[in-house]
Amino acid sequence: MPKLSSKWTVLALALALPLAAQAHKMWMVPSATNVSGADPWVTVDAAVSNDLFFPDHVPGDLSRLVITAPDGSTVAPENAATGKYRSVFDVHLQQQGTYRIALVNQGVFAGYELGGEKKRWRGEAAELDKAIPAGAQHVQVSEASNRVETFVTNGKPSDGALKPGGKGLELVPVTHVTDLVAGEGATFQLLLDGKPAPDLKVTAIAGGTRYRNAQEEIEATTGKDGRFTLTWPHAGMYWVNASTQDGKTSVKQARQRRLSYTAVLEVLPQ
Amino acid sequence: MRRLLFTMPALLLAAPVAAADLDVTVQIPRLDVAEYHRPYLAAWIEREDHSVAAQLAVWYAQKESKEGAGTKWLPELRQWWRRGGRELQMPVDGVSGATRPVGEQKLAFEQGKAPLGQLAPGKYTLVVEAAREVGGREVVRVPFQWPAAAPQHLGAKGGSELGEVKLDLAP
Repeated sequence: MPKLSSKWTVLALALALPLAAQAHKMWMVPSATNVSGADPWVTVDAAVSNDLFFPDHVPGDLSRLVITAPDGSTVAPENAATGKYRSVFDVHLQQQGTYRIALVNQGVFAGYELGGEKKRWRGEAAELDKAIPAGAQHVQVSEASNRVETFVTNGKPSDGALKPGGKGLELVPVTHVTDLVAGEGATFQLLLDGKPAPDLKVTAIAGGTRYRNAQEEIEATTGKDGRFTLTWPHAGMYWVNASTQDGKTSVKQARQRRLSYTAVLEVLPQ
Repeated sequence: MRRLLFTMPALLLAAPVAAADLDVTVQIPRLDVAEYHRPYLAAWIEREDHSVAAQLAVWYAQKESKEGAGTKWLPELRQWWRRGGRELQMPVDGVSGATRPVGEQKLAFEQGKAPLGQLAPGKYTLVVEAAREVGGREVVRVPFQWPAAAPQHLGAKGGSELGEVKLDLAP
């Protein structure tokens, strides 16, 4: 038994390391966040990169894309394509109100050795037992839940698409997500499994990092009620991220659950 | 003569009861640019808490297209869009209209009549916002007290997309 726990300690360290070293940022950037007119469309870029918002690493995985319309229904993307560095898709905004565009990742990650060769697997919790072959050694299992979101409003903002699902880290707007202005404070609430998530560090970085010499992060910490406030120093597209980890796993082999939430929000000039 | 002298104070007393006027003059400047499009423009009256007391004017391209032509670009009037433009269904009778050319554009409003309506006594700001395709955007604000005790000539000057904005109030 002591042997087992030391093995799990090594595993926990191994899992924590990639988190600490995580430099790449996942994002989606819509061509507009406020639209109007008789037949509005937006085009959205999705990628994982170091520089915001320049695709330079891997494209966003559109199999994880969930677009929620103002009435709460799910709508399909149009003209979707995935390139080397970037995925692209269109959203046809046929309803009035706010759309939520999300890349939702909820899965189990496993790493193991088979015949001296290192293997990796990603999938659903239910498939885990079948996925790891007999004879696999040094099996490491972790659970991850992350969400990348952006928002587009056709006409007047609404919150029908913004209802939390009660799973993982989620954002609930207090200030509306498509109604952000430079110099004004914006307040949001973070939920963890549907409950307010206190004491989480939230980082916001404006796009265009390639054209400046520092990330110029702005930071906030969630209060007891899970709320945090950011005051945008200037207009632009902002990458807002929070992450945490806990032991509330849904698979017994995993000791740790890593959670992350990202929103890409547009801030307009006064 | 005596009759006239008696009548005059009565006329003066009657004046505040008559509808108060609010006239707006917006100067659209001539710009020396390679590609010129007439600006989209919105004029409205804000209360002290930035809520809209009255929508006075919205000028946008009227040409029809599948995308709704001009209405597609209305969010470019960012302040206006946020403060209440997005609540409106275009066109708005007596408020929305076509874009206007360079020069002084005069608008006249009367207390009690649309689109000004019955403006309650208080502190307000006239806001004029202009945004131009492949050009800039500017907001000019003129604070005022309503109703005016005496005729008042207020104004402010834009620096790029707007020239002089005049506000003339008559009790």
